[in-house]
Amino acid sequence: MSLTHTVSSRNAKTTAPLAINGLSVAYQKKPVLRNVSFEVKEGELVGVIGPNGAGKSTLMKAALGLIPSLGGEVLVYGKPYKQQRQMIGYVPQRESVDWDFPTNALDVVLMGRYGHLGWFRRPGAKDKAIALECLNKVGMADYAGRQISQLSGGQQQRVFLARALAQDAKLYFMDEPFAGVDAATEKAIITLLQELKKQGKTVIVVHHDLATVQDYFDSVLLLNVELQAYGPTAETFTQEQLQRTYGGRLAFLDRSLQHPSFSGGKGE
Amino acid sequence: MSDFWILLTGALVASCCGVLGVFLVLRKMAMIGDAISHSVMPGIVVAFLLSGSRDSLLMMFAALICGLLTTFLIQMFQQSGIQADASIGVVFTALFAIGVVLVSLYARQVHLDQDAILYGEIAYVHWNIWEVGGINMGPKAVWLLGFTLLVILTVIGLFYKQFKLCAFDPALAAAIGIPVAVFHYLLMGLVSMATVSSFESVGAILVVGLLIIPASTAYLLTDQLGVMIGLSIAVGIASTFLGYGAAVLLDASIAGCMVCAASLLFVAAFLFSPSHGIVIKKLRLRQLAR
Repeated sequence: MSLTHTVSSRNAKTTAPLAINGLSVAYQKKPVLRNVSFEVKEGELVGVIGPNGAGKSTLMKAALGLIPSLGGEVLVYGKPYKQQRQMIGYVPQRESVDWDFPTNALDVVLMGRYGHLGWFRRPGAKDKAIALECLNKVGMADYAGRQISQLSGGQQQRVFLARALAQDAKLYFMDEPFAGVDAATEKAIITLLQELKKQGKTVIVVHHDLATVQDYFDSVLLLNVELQAYGPTAETFTQEQLQRTYGGRLAFLDRSLQHPSFSGGKGE
Repeated sequence: MSDFWILLTGALVASCCGVLGVFLVLRKMAMIGDAISHSVMPGIVVAFLLSGSRDSLLMMFAALICGLLTTFLIQMFQQSGIQADASIGVVFTALFAIGVVLVSLYARQVHLDQDAILYGEIAYVHWNIWEVGGINMGPKAVWLLGFTLLVILTVIGLFYKQFKLCAFDPALAAAIGIPVAVFHYLLMGLVSMATVSSFESVGAILVVGLLIIPASTAYLLTDQLGVMIGLSIAVGIASTFLGYGAAVLLDASIAGCMVCAASLLFVAAFLFSPSHGIVIKKLRLRQLAR
């Protein structure tokens, strides 16, 4: 509860990339997020961890204003997110779109530029150049003209990441970018995250593979409807905290921390 | 001359429907198009009773209201936990039934029969002429459809990137500040307009065929959205020409023949499309096996 306290007292002039205060969300009448408050430091890679149905995706969607919240405040660099949309990049879950859509990889990445174009302007040569560069950064430049249904799952995920890069944001939300990807893509993604961090960008990632948390993230946010713990990975990602977050499923967790091959379930 | 006007009317209907159909198919909302085309009926009837004319702007407006109401009701029922397909079925049959009751109640007082609404009468299109100061301006239906097509092309042209992103990834669209709901209702409003402009020619039932079938055919033939829209229009126009030819030869329902032609073109694409056709795929497999 001390967390809530610090946030609300500092709230008036916080310039943190993301400050969430008292966020609550319910589907029908079932609470999915209850009074979640935290503040993310600039240039950090933050992993959002929790069991299925803990509200991890919901947290992202509510922060982005995609679903209505019951109450609470979301500030991006000190202002309501609605005024800061151009600073935010978003990578939805890969399964959330239809990959049979008639379009190619470059075109999907170009969609990342739409937010910078206003109501009527169409993407131009400059946007195309940016999109190609972003595809190149995820090692997909050779596939620019490829129909998206002909890409593998990992390649599709990389196209999604390239699209987020094209958004040229300062704060990124990524919903399970590592879900169901091949080793090459996983490596590409983590390289990219490191590069974003080097550029001073802040990335919040919903993550399932407990075995890699310590290697990938500066901070972790443990969530199970309520915020369980939040802080630097070394201090926060502990047996005790995980037990609190995952409740009765600790037996699996014990093993997972000893055997790095374990990975949690996926999907919300 | 009548042939010319019938074909022009058909081509305009096919173009209006072809463009919108692509977005309905891609958003997996083909059945919502079906629902709207039926539930504009009470709007048409009420507007007709009020104005006594069949081509008033009032009719267009009433249909628009009905179309948006349909969209809104379907969404409301879905959000309160009713199955998506069930809520579509409930809403459009209820509204359509109200229309049928209204027509049967007032059919004697007004010239508006159920057959005309359901099946259209494209063969009589050239009898209903628009005259300005005694000058023959051509059939009213052509003007109405031309206006509708202009509106559709303008709106889709201006907001192409928004419609595209809302169809492919509504979550990202909302995240970057595109008002997804506005574009949803805008699309459904356009579908209502297209339906009410077309119903007089091809009827409320067969207009669905021209909304969905050419767009589905185009989907099988290309991997690019822009090309898909062009192909959808082309397939629709080809269907109206082939259908009219067949109707003249067989002395059968023109609108019926047009939708049959569209279906035949769909089957042809399904079998022989270079990328998706099942016959082509089989042939390719056989070549690989050799």
